[in-house]
Amino acid sequence: MEKQLKVSAIKDGTVLDHIPSCQLFKVIDILGLNKSSNQITFGTNLDSKLLGKKGIIKISDKYFESDDINRIALIAPQAKINIIHDFEVVEKRVLTIPKTIRGIVKCMNPMCITNHQVVETLFTTIVESPDFKLLCHYCEKITDKENLKIISNNR
Amino acid sequence: MPKHLISIHDFSRDEILETLSLAREFEKNPRQPILSDKIVASIFFEPSTRTRLSFETAANRLGARVIGFSDIGNTSVTKGETLKDTIKMVSNYSDLIVIRHPLDGSARYASEISSVPVINAGDGANQHPTQTMLDLYSILKTQGKLENLKINMVGDLKYGRTVHSLLQAMSHFNPEFLFTSPDELKMPVEYKEYLTNLNIPFSETKNLSKGLDDSDIIYMTRVQRERFTDPIEYERVKNFYSLNLSMLSGCKPNMKILHPLPRVNEISQDVDASDHAYYFEQAENGVYTRMAIISKLLGK
Ligand SMILES: [Zn+2]
Repeated sequence: MEKQLKVSAIKDGTVLDHIPSCQLFKVIDILGLNKSSNQITFGTNLDSKLLGKKGIIKISDKYFESDDINRIALIAPQAKINIIHDFEVVEKRVLTIPKTIRGIVKCMNPMCITNHQVVETLFTTIVESPDFKLLCHYCEKITDKENLKIISNNR
Repeated sequence: MPKHLISIHDFSRDEILETLSLAREFEKNPRQPILSDKIVASIFFEPSTRTRLSFETAANRLGARVIGFSDIGNTSVTKGETLKDTIKMVSNYSDLIVIRHPLDGSARYASEISSVPVINAGDGANQHPTQTMLDLYSILKTQGKLENLKINMVGDLKYGRTVHSLLQAMSHFNPEFLFTSPDELKMPVEYKEYLTNLNIPFSETKNLSKGLDDSDIIYMTRVQRERFTDPIEYERVKNFYSLNLSMLSGCKPNMKILHPLPRVNEISQDVDASDHAYYFEQAENGVYTRMAIISKLLGK
């Protein structure tokens, strides 16, 4: 593991570690990395004592706004965020679900306007993780962890 | 940014009370053409004759002119026009929009697009705040106060949006609630949590004959056949949650029965002549409260 990290170490940027392998591509999607022009390396199905299999993403010269990166707390709350300067970890961030979430999450109410017309979803977090509850700004119904669906950024 | 009425919680306690006292003024003197230079758009994406006529009467009493449609039959909506485009167009023509739409959240979305105030006349199963305002007005008018009342909500407490909004609105006024419903249609957990967080007492029963005697308001709702997977269960429940005159003998003299109408068989016809029946007057109060809301949102 130590070796792998060294191989692909970045000088400056952000490292997202301890992402469950099954969520790796969703994390890439949520962060819009498919549209990024930064240098990105990622690995998946790496051995992890904590998760069994984990994924890791390293993005050079990129630092995220808290609200942007915190959105991945919805699907990978145990992920670790390291901010790198000059090959050193200068900051470790803990993920918390943002108070408001714009886009990304689909409202679970099939009769919600956001599921019928082109309306960006907007939620208020009324219960924090792990068993979070999100209140839809439009239909006022709750979308919970069990019913979470991520809207792809890939459109 | 114009002020809208989309959910009952868009209005504070003070704004609710202001609206109710304005409604009282309009009831005393219903012909006040203070909006004769205004155009109210009444756009109903699904038919609701009762609500539409109440709004249009209110607008006319205020002297405003009314434009709009009562269903989408002959409109560009059937050609696939988005709600956004319809609202953009209508808000260019009018000073205020009254919208009824079958999708939850449509009214909130419309208010974000519109350049003029929007009143929600029902967005799917979500909110119908002017119904709540007329319920509050009816309670205030019959009880002389909103504070410290015992409200018994009966019937479909799971899907009935009127009871959910009324519960939220009454929570400003230190109420006590009794929820009377079959197991299938109990008050959802989130509303009970809401009351618990506010320290508002409530209890639940399946038995309609319990809790009638000390209630100040009995709020009846329709139990709809569509809500049941088992038709036999529906038949059983339907008759069980039907109020008749003989059940009211022990009630408090001030007790009034409200119902958002239309009623089917949840209130027997023999109750209509009783002093406790208030559901027909309640509907009439809708015009005054809607006059109050329209004039308030237009700053008159
Ligand atoms: Zn929604």
